[in-house]
Amino acid sequence: MKKSIVKQVVSAAEAVKHVKKGDTVMIGGFNYGGIPYTLVDALLEQGTDELTIIANDTAYADVGHGKLVTQGRCKKVVASHVGLNKKTGEFYHAGKLELELFPQGTFVEKIRAAGFGLGGFLTPTGVGTVVEDGKQVLEVGGKKYILELPMKADVALVRAYKADRSGNLIYRGTSRNFNPVMATAAEIVIAEVDSVVDIGELDPDAIVTQGILVDLLVVKGGSYYASRT
Amino acid sequence: MLPELDEQTIRERIAGRIALEFSEGDVVNLGIGIPTLVSDYIPQGINIIFQAENGAIGVGPPPAVPDLKCIGAGGRIISLLPGGSFFASDTSFGLIRGGHVDATVLGALEVDEEGNLANWMVPGKSVPGMGGAMDLVVGAKRVYVATTHVTKKGGAKILRKCKLPLTAVGVVDMIVTEFAVFEMRDGRLTLTEIAPEVTPEMIRENTPADYATAEPLGAYKGIEVKNDG
Repeated sequence: MKKSIVKQVVSAAEAVKHVKKGDTVMIGGFNYGGIPYTLVDALLEQGTDELTIIANDTAYADVGHGKLVTQGRCKKVVASHVGLNKKTGEFYHAGKLELELFPQGTFVEKIRAAGFGLGGFLTPTGVGTVVEDGKQVLEVGGKKYILELPMKADVALVRAYKADRSGNLIYRGTSRNFNPVMATAAEIVIAEVDSVVDIGELDPDAIVTQGILVDLLVVKGGSYYASRT
Repeated sequence: MLPELDEQTIRERIAGRIALEFSEGDVVNLGIGIPTLVSDYIPQGINIIFQAENGAIGVGPPPAVPDLKCIGAGGRIISLLPGGSFFASDTSFGLIRGGHVDATVLGALEVDEEGNLANWMVPGKSVPGMGGAMDLVVGAKRVYVATTHVTKKGGAKILRKCKLPLTAVGVVDMIVTEFAVFEMRDGRLTLTEIAPEVTPEMIRENTPADYATAEPLGAYKGIEVKNDG
């Protein structure tokens, strides 16, 4: 997207027009916390399909981005845990959905590697398990590590607590989870927030996500979870 | 045949036994299910720092006023004790993989005499995913498995060799079931305690793993202990 110092605050419907059929989309959240519910609902409403979603989990069948799976909008899910949404496993076993699972620490680090300019990283997690299938296993200092590669997306939909007009973000509680990392690793970053304040109002020491990483701001909607989480 | 215990007794007993393992200041991550209950049984006077992999350290009991921005990994609403903090998932798994967590407690589908653990998928049937488990068992200094001694159908869970896809190789330090406690001692799985309703022979008949028996074999600790505070 064309860069601007002052970020546009737009409707969720307007924002998700940047998500195209077949795109790879990162979606923040862990369990029911920290999901950009309003953006996900708008994306559902827009009807975009053939999506690859990169999200820690697939929420629940009728909650958040779980609905993108349940309503058949995804061709692939990349996650660490999908057990809470029974439809994900059901569609996978029926051959209707591709599923790629990574250990959670590997999942987040793959995104971080993409966002922070690394060509990959070595992790001991998964050594001796099916996680190492098809990957290079390297020995360093007598210990085995799996070489894991970066993972990026076309669009990241993230959830934060407050933004200022330059796109700086602060978070609250466990709603932070994957959101700051995902905000570093996508071509277009759209942040859903409780409120937007003027530039200069956020404590610079408290800012977690730098405004230069964020393209568009959307204020949360009034749905049950969007308004409470 | 093993005696039948009611579900509540099983859960309380296993959680209560594992709770006796921790020392002042230990950093502990609890998995979902029986492991979550462990925090209810920590002996009075011992202060444990609970970490939740979705991004919190210093986790306390549910607050009087629920805040859906502060949840545990299993979705339970949490409080944060004074001195606690929130962080993103990359930091959370840095703490875990980096060896800064003293102990993790998690469930098992299968565990074996070499300390291998399988708890994340049943091929062709269920792929909940590994979530944070693979990182936790590789990164935490001590790994406690909380599991019923046999499956609901009476099938063995403590095996010579796991048949299901592994979570990690050779990581388990202690297995606590409702009837027995096994420890890995000098690389050898060792039966250290048994519950009053069972005999060593009954444990042997229901435990295909090759294990040693401690001399003397201890009584299952903490069966009467319950922390009401």
